[in-house]
Amino acid sequence: MEEQKIKIEICCGTACYMLGAAELLRLENIIPDQWKDAVDISAIPCLEACSSDNLGGAPFVKINGELMSNASVESVCEKIFEIMKTRGGH
Amino acid sequence: MSNGAERMRRELMIRVVRDFTEGKLEETIDRIPLAIRPKHSQSSRCCIYHDRAVLKYRLMALLGFASENETDETRTLKSYLQEAVARKEKVKEPPLSVCSAGCSSCPDSRYNVTTNCRGCFARPCVFNCPKGAITVENQHSKIDYTKCIKCGKCEQVCPFNAIIKTTVPCEDACPVGAIRKNADGVAEIDFDRCIFCGKCFNKCPFSAIMERSQLIQILQAIRDGKKVVAMVAPSALMQFPGTVEQLFSAIHKAGFSDVMEVALGAELTTEHEAAEFAEKMIAKQPIMTTSCCTAYVELVKRHVPEFLDKVSTTPSPMRYAGRLVREKHPDAISVFIGPCIAKRLEAMNSDEIDFVMTFEELGALLAGMNIDIMSQEKWKIERPANATARNYAKSCGVTEAVILEMQEKNPEFSKIGFKLDNKFINGIDKKTAKLLKLYAMGKLPGNFLEVMSCTGGCVGGPCSLIK
Ligand code: SF4
Ligand code: SF4
Ligand code: FES
Repeated sequence: MEEQKIKIEICCGTACYMLGAAELLRLENIIPDQWKDAVDISAIPCLEACSSDNLGGAPFVKINGELMSNASVESVCEKIFEIMKTRGGH
Repeated sequence: MSNGAERMRRELMIRVVRDFTEGKLEETIDRIPLAIRPKHSQSSRCCIYHDRAVLKYRLMALLGFASENETDETRTLKSYLQEAVARKEKVKEPPLSVCSAGCSSCPDSRYNVTTNCRGCFARPCVFNCPKGAITVENQHSKIDYTKCIKCGKCEQVCPFNAIIKTTVPCEDACPVGAIRKNADGVAEIDFDRCIFCGKCFNKCPFSAIMERSQLIQILQAIRDGKKVVAMVAPSALMQFPGTVEQLFSAIHKAGFSDVMEVALGAELTTEHEAAEFAEKMIAKQPIMTTSCCTAYVELVKRHVPEFLDKVSTTPSPMRYAGRLVREKHPDAISVFIGPCIAKRLEAMNSDEIDFVMTFEELGALLAGMNIDIMSQEKWKIERPANATARNYAKSCGVTEAVILEMQEKNPEFSKIGFKLDNKFINGIDKKTAKLLKLYAMGKLPGNFLEVMSCTGGCVGGPCSLIK
């Protein structure tokens, strides 16, 4: 059975964009080639997670629907790796 | 995110805009440092109290005040805010400020022998030091700083990379020696020397160099229902998510009554600069140099004054854009939006420009007002600027535009035996600043010299979002 792609949604609302999402957009270019078919990266409008109390958590990324705060290229890659491991794929 | 200091600066801006827009900044501003560094939270400096103190000065700069001018330490941010809101006239003071509480008094730049040193038999450091400053004691090299001239030879020759240089990042970055640590060890800018290039602002790892923002005055003008027109520099392209048309819509939504491209001003600069160049060459002036980069013009004014008569007198794209705004909306407040600190200085002395806002501030403004750029409709740009004008944002863009204009308008020009010999300096640093002295003495070839302070041109500006 074809495995579902890992869905990475990068919040590119203005707050997230300012606080690091601009950098995250590089993900598309830097993830290893063998992952490219397994992940689906998109830029999406404000996730509405960026209230003043939460601002410290920006940028936000949704990975398979799960919200991740303070996302960085490293933390997103780690998460992708984790999901791949549980699936047993490479 | 390239670093934590930048992140904090932006986060603060967003909070300020947000609370201002919600009409509660007066109540909240003095509590923002506590909200960001509450009790028992992790500090980024020695303790949360130091963090809070620095945050306070950061907020002060955001309100437009220099910490250097603080006379009463107990004065609340609220009271600064009230003064900022009431300010109607242009503030004509240097747009940069050093936060003494933030400055870490970085140790003086020098070469250090680390524990990597093995006191080797070959001792290339000892043999290569031109001043005989290195001796070996207990199998370990030692530098005599009374003799050391910081040439760095020892660092280059050590086979163990045992010798490293410590630097004062701000002093190192400054192309003109305008920032120095004072007697207290805290960085201080000499505003007679400073060209407002913003290199120290970008390089200080403690983000101790701050801009004095005009954000509050702009926000207040919008709140007062005044007509406020945004002029967006061409370097905005690729800086924000979404398209330029969406960005313009977002700016409009934020309360600006009209939005226009500074590139329209660049078209006029091109036209006039090409004509000026032709005129100067016919008059046998050996060289003409560009005037669109403010930091460069300041560099010439302050450090190579003998070259000033070679600088084009054509107004910059920002000023022409300001004139277009004044023609179209005589009653409006004009706001230049760009990636540049030096433009703040130029605007202070230009009647066409009321305020300057950086891309960082624009981003914070939109974020603070919860305006999502990607979800905006496309703005209908009345008359799009031409591609060569938009290209001013990149190094060599102005040269290309001027040359093209010359060829189109003066096809005869090359026939009278004139040969264009264009040169450019892409980024001002200590070395290129010295080159200019040689240009001024006429020792270097070229008749059209473009100089941009930022590497890559304005797109590499100190307050751009993406470098
Ligand atoms: S780089 Fe300069 S301004 Fe920044 S902490 Fe060091 S000495 Fe102070
Ligand atoms: S000239 Fe540039 S680097 Fe030097 S103090 Fe001024 S802004 Fe900073
Ligand atoms: S901008 Fe990302 S959650 Fe609002």
